[in-house]
Amino acid sequence: MTFQCPHPDRESGSFSRRDFVRLCTMAAAAIGLGPAAAERFVEAAERGAKPSVIWLQFQECTGCTESLLRTSHPAVDDLILDLISLDYHETLFAAAGHQAEAALRQAMRANAGKYVCVVEGAIPTKENGIYCMIGGRTALDILKDVGGQAGAVIAIGSCASWGGVPSADPNPTGAVGAHEILRGKAVVNIPGCPANPYNFLGTVLQYATYGTLPALDSDNRPKFAYGQTIHEQCPRRAHFDAGRFAQRYGDEGHRNGYCLYKLGCKGPVTHANCSVQHFGEVDGAWPIGLGHPCFGCTEQRIAFRVPLHTTVDIERPMPPDTYAPIHAAQGRVSPVATGVAGAILGGLAGAGFMASKKLSDDSRPSPPPAPAAERTDAEA
Amino acid sequence: MGITRRAALQAMLTAGASAAGVRPAAAAVVPAPPADALGLLYDATLCIGCKTCTVACRDANGLEPDTTASPDRLYNAPVDLSPRAKTVIKLYAKGAVRSYVKAQCMHCVDPACASGCMLGALRKREHGIVTYDPDLCIGCRYCEVACPFGVPKFEFAKAAPKIVKCELCRERLASGKEPACTEVCPRNAVVFGRRAELLTEAKRRIAETPGRYVPKVYGETDGGGTQVLYLSHVPFDTIGLPALGDEPAPQLSRSIQHGVYRGFVAPAALYAALGIVMVRNRRRDDSAR
Repeated sequence: MTFQCPHPDRESGSFSRRDFVRLCTMAAAAIGLGPAAAERFVEAAERGAKPSVIWLQFQECTGCTESLLRTSHPAVDDLILDLISLDYHETLFAAAGHQAEAALRQAMRANAGKYVCVVEGAIPTKENGIYCMIGGRTALDILKDVGGQAGAVIAIGSCASWGGVPSADPNPTGAVGAHEILRGKAVVNIPGCPANPYNFLGTVLQYATYGTLPALDSDNRPKFAYGQTIHEQCPRRAHFDAGRFAQRYGDEGHRNGYCLYKLGCKGPVTHANCSVQHFGEVDGAWPIGLGHPCFGCTEQRIAFRVPLHTTVDIERPMPPDTYAPIHAAQGRVSPVATGVAGAILGGLAGAGFMASKKLSDDSRPSPPPAPAAERTDAEA
Repeated sequence: MGITRRAALQAMLTAGASAAGVRPAAAAVVPAPPADALGLLYDATLCIGCKTCTVACRDANGLEPDTTASPDRLYNAPVDLSPRAKTVIKLYAKGAVRSYVKAQCMHCVDPACASGCMLGALRKREHGIVTYDPDLCIGCRYCEVACPFGVPKFEFAKAAPKIVKCELCRERLASGKEPACTEVCPRNAVVFGRRAELLTEAKRRIAETPGRYVPKVYGETDGGGTQVLYLSHVPFDTIGLPALGDEPAPQLSRSIQHGVYRGFVAPAALYAALGIVMVRNRRRDDSAR
């Protein structure tokens, strides 16, 4: 029995081929490919060569799924289901219980070594992983089984990428990211809390169309999305360069849309494309666009570790919107320091003079005994 | 204890007199720039102060950002040339009169730093570019003091410090590229080329738009000539380019220094005088015993 996703039929649905091509173009643009790639996406989808996707959910909040589905652009959830063949997804499928588990096994058998395994949520490892169990199996077992036979593994969200919220200190369940479990297997991390759906979609479509995965950085994040920091493309960057900062929430600077760095914005060290790829296709729908400092959700060493309002070092300082003077200010020597230095030098010179006088006197064959008072008045 | 204070003072005075008595060497002819001299032409009227050149320079030369002078250390904002800034854009603003100016090594035709450098760590090498060889540097910092433009900077903060200055991106030149600053300048306010051609171009600009520029190319003859040339709409001394005259900057000190050691006469005379004093004192000492 093949599990069918509950989505409207293309013919009777609310969207046209034009809408579909537009979505493909957006997805292609998100991964830095041109319109030609979008056409190949469309062709691949129309041939029915949709990638089989098995979506596993472990220690997570379903936020990544929600961000993928709750886009304000009409019918994007339907379109997503048309671009990929979502064969197992605990939030979305209508089946339940043994029926659902059977669907999973069926999909794995039918597309062994070819399907895309998407992991959402962290994997608890303490006590052999008993803190997350589905259908009587631990998350650890399920991931090793499903992930191990997948053609590609994509970890969506910070939890699956490196542990996310569940791994915050003291990490009671020993939560880790998917790549910690699937050692030796290429895992593409799409961190974010939630992850930007277009970064995910672009990666899946590239795999489906070209059979390749995007170029990754040292944390296995696609470079097309995580190659730059938030700060580098931030719409408030001009305020940073000019030194205009919001000092506290609701102050004049905050209302004027000034830079949020001093409120603890982690943009300067956070690698993500949120500043250019906003959420839900709504312009300005992302933390900084809404007046809140970046939380650093894509960075393992920042999110849930560095306090929200702690400022961070600038990763790559750039010149400000100010200029050096023609003549740099020189330090000035204070008169007191001059006096003190003069007194010390004078004392030394006097002592040297008296010592040399004594030397000369000693070198004479028969020096007359000098009066004690004369020898010790060097400091006078 | 053969020497008396009196004798020592006498000897010192003798030596001083012999040094002072040497006439400075006859004024040397102003050296001409090498035929293949390369340089820059900076036009202050074109510069928009974007500082792209400073960013490119830092990248090309692998310099650490200089955040010390900026509030909260957020910016790479050197206030002047520094061990972490081989070029910097400065602003002159007085009332409505404004001008940016790019500071970097001027690559003098007769560089004072090279004249002051005792082992030749700083020297004019290929294309007249003043380059630095750290293997020859002893860290005396005479170059810092000698340079009339305040260009060479010493890495005081490092355990094994070097001198840092613009070398016209010599690694990039070697691989057929132009300096980083001229490559990225969005308005060609700073351009790279042969000094002779840049000078012609500068004069052409002045002739083409009279009134736009101060009618002078700074660096043509200033301080004996420099390989980095400047055009400006404000007087050059206001944007940190001092009036140096046409004499090479190291001319005076060099004529004295070289004069003192000419033929090694003065040092030989000094040591001879000291020897005579020593022999005399020893004899007197012996006879006194």
